Amino acid sequence: MKFIDEYRDSRLARGLANRIAQRSTRKITLMEFCGGHTHAILKHGIRQMVPEAVEMRSGPGCPVCVTATADLDKAIALSRLPDVIIATFGDMMRVPGSYSSLQQSKAAGADIRVVYSTMDALELAKANYGRPVIFVGIGFETTAPTIAAAILAARREGIKNFYVLSLGKLTPPVMKALLDADGLRLDGIVCPGHVSVIIGSRPYEFIARDYRVACVISGFEPLDILLSIDKLVEQIEHDRPAVEIAYARGVKPAGNEKAREIMENVFEVADARWRGIGTIPASGLKIRTEYERFDADKAFPVGPEQPLREPEGCRCGDVIRGSAKPVECNLFGKACTPETPVGPCMVSGEGACAAYHQYGLPENLQTL
Amino acid sequence: MCLAVPVKIISMDGDCAETEIAGVRRRVNIAMTPEARVGDYVLLHTGFAIAVIDEAEAEETLGILQEIASLSEVH
Repeated sequence: MKFIDEYRDSRLARGLANRIAQRSTRKITLMEFCGGHTHAILKHGIRQMVPEAVEMRSGPGCPVCVTATADLDKAIALSRLPDVIIATFGDMMRVPGSYSSLQQSKAAGADIRVVYSTMDALELAKANYGRPVIFVGIGFETTAPTIAAAILAARREGIKNFYVLSLGKLTPPVMKALLDADGLRLDGIVCPGHVSVIIGSRPYEFIARDYRVACVISGFEPLDILLSIDKLVEQIEHDRPAVEIAYARGVKPAGNEKAREIMENVFEVADARWRGIGTIPASGLKIRTEYERFDADKAFPVGPEQPLREPEGCRCGDVIRGSAKPVECNLFGKACTPETPVGPCMVSGEGACAAYHQYGLPENLQTL
Repeated sequence: MCLAVPVKIISMDGDCAETEIAGVRRRVNIAMTPEARVGDYVLLHTGFAIAVIDEAEAEETLGILQEIASLSEVH
């Protein structure tokens, strides 16, 4: 497939791996923010292609994983309301909440539908006139414009039974929170490719300038990621942190202004709670008052049915912050597997634990 | 969730486009990529085109990668 196959060429990958090995003279720690990058790194054996001195940590770029248990509990509570249809991306179904999951709620009789697009959720509302359809609106800046577009379409078409539980999150504020936290010392960040398609490269500039941490925006094919690591190692070795784009076929410095206009029309920035991190100021998206009739929080205020409960022994929070690797969790591969997930990082297609479990060979898991 | 794949635009009708990838066709919302034209490749994310792929930049990146590989083989 065009724009995919040519970025998987093994000869070109060896060339990059050789150059990274030549450049690398000291131990450094990089974080790949995006769960999609974590999966690609493990799937394509990139970890084994770069020198051991380059430590890779996975970050919080998995919308399902960073959804706070309290917010998941809220979605489950909404699913139990009479006549309500919940529309959600599939990854959310099996994530354990305090006492249940959306999947268990569905088994108990709730009407929960897995959708591929927000527009599918809107179609569901049209086809079920009279029943409230609530879309569980998780996602970073990549997805938020598509959720906003569905709300705009609902208003345009006069659809009155479509609602969004707004759980959208923003990338630069959580990066700042991680950099401000004690413990983790990062030299560079593999910045998310598709978030950057929307926001561009400028929102990361404070990281290079104020924290002196290298930033390279990366695509998702193996050569994209190797090229990004090469650029990061070069910046770090020369002590010249900057923001570079290694995914120029998709990302422009200014991002996608039209998508941002749609997003900013519907959403405003608000504080948001993150699993494993807590509340981060100005790190989330809430629906503007002008569109509040589509806001599930306003239309269906549900309080916690029972006290919040986090899964015992689960280290998803540490994994999300990059302060623990999946294999450092005592539950990994034992009590917690893709078949019996304890935390979201083992459920989601972007979760770090799921990636390590799927692609890590038992003999080298400790060194990944 | 932030997954996006390159698909080719076959035809357009207002904010909607018919796209193709590996023989599979799909209708895509192109409201966020007003510059998209038939024949362009776009990045498809949850039913929406979020960027038109810049073919010149793609070529340039591959050229740089070829150069790096050639240099590394000389060493």
